[in-house]
Amino acid sequence: MKEDFDRRKFLKIAGISIGVGALFQVTPLLGETAAGRRVASLLGKKNGEAPTPFSFVQLSDTHVGFSGPPNPNGTQAFERAVELINGLPRQPELVLFTGDLTHDSENPGEHADRMRKFQQIAGRLRAPLVRYVPGEHDAGLDGGKLFHDTFGDSHYSFDHRGVHFIALDNVSLARPNVGPEQIAWLGKDLARFPKTAPIVVFTHRPLFDLRPDWEWFTGDGDEVMNLLAPYENVTVLYGHIHREHSHTEGHATHLAARSLIFAFPDPEAGVPKKPIPFDPQKPFQNLGVRTLEQGGASRKPRVQEVELTLREYAGTVGIQQFLKEGVSL
Amino acid sequence: MTKARALALTMTMTLAALLAVASRGRADEPRVIDITAKRFEFSPATITLKKGEAVKLRVTSEDVTHGLFLRPLKIDTDLEPGQTREMTVTPEKTGTFLAICHHFCGAQHGNMKLTIVVE
Repeated sequence: MKEDFDRRKFLKIAGISIGVGALFQVTPLLGETAAGRRVASLLGKKNGEAPTPFSFVQLSDTHVGFSGPPNPNGTQAFERAVELINGLPRQPELVLFTGDLTHDSENPGEHADRMRKFQQIAGRLRAPLVRYVPGEHDAGLDGGKLFHDTFGDSHYSFDHRGVHFIALDNVSLARPNVGPEQIAWLGKDLARFPKTAPIVVFTHRPLFDLRPDWEWFTGDGDEVMNLLAPYENVTVLYGHIHREHSHTEGHATHLAARSLIFAFPDPEAGVPKKPIPFDPQKPFQNLGVRTLEQGGASRKPRVQEVELTLREYAGTVGIQQFLKEGVSL
Repeated sequence: MTKARALALTMTMTLAALLAVASRGRADEPRVIDITAKRFEFSPATITLKKGEAVKLRVTSEDVTHGLFLRPLKIDTDLEPGQTREMTVTPEKTGTFLAICHHFCGAQHGNMKLTIVVE
């Protein structure tokens, strides 16, 4: 009986509060009542750590080494994004890169140079924890060797303040798949968690069929999502599509980040998949970073899209002005 | 009828029947469309099929490993260099579909498409 009671309370509180988008308010709620404290304690025991407030940032598709008409400015947007993050009044504890860190090169030496350049810029981040997954432009030609040599494993998991983060690699195999080995690993990784544990998956390609004819899918993504389906608070962060997108299916919310090199058009606009042309008057238009606030009463993550528009370039209110005006990102 | 004439007649009838069967077999064979894949294009870039008609696609990669993928027509194959893959498709819906290479093959991989028009 006692177990049933705890479970019901656990779910009730989880339903209104726990989730990637709601952790900011979870902790005070959990701490306010005896039942809440019990739930926090339960979560702490089951997850190894009770959820506590924090924020993190997702960056994606920096394509270091890319040079072409869609963006003749190379790494400028990436470098601006790093400055932006370092200038935030409250530093994120974690930055996640969701692939295509580099633009591929037929010359392995040149590709390695591009990866070093990426590391130089990413190394300026003040956030204490930075984690990466590869995109097909990082790993498609060499099966992930350069990525592994640089960062180690391309799939792994870790816990941070009571949230379980899972990095999945859906680009290193020949086909756009996660693959049976990684899926087996994921099943084992998830097994120790209660169904209410907050889980953030970060990967490169969408794990659902967004636009298969634009290669915006993962062949065995449904197997991944089937494993995650019993879990009630799942957020999947991905890149690849170079634009923001939100999709909810079951308990999972899938969120795509903008690129830091060029944007693709709306997949539902009936236009071809071609980069949105570069506008020299607005060099950072449609590019940007995404910040996810761990707070709010809603279970949905509170997403802030940040365009890297600067007054000196575009004549509009830029991010430095946001910061000066004290707007919290 | 002599024995020899009866045998000759039987053989003629058997041959005619065999020819008829062979002829019918050829008529039932699906139309064949040859396609080559190389970085970063399919050739021809557009093919036209008819709704309800079975067509055999014979696809050969000329350079590296490519793929051919189109979910509505249940096409999902690897194309190893120098090898020819055959697949028979019978479109059930009219429209214009984009088949893609889903085997990352280089910087312009994302532009490697085969347009399939179903009339």
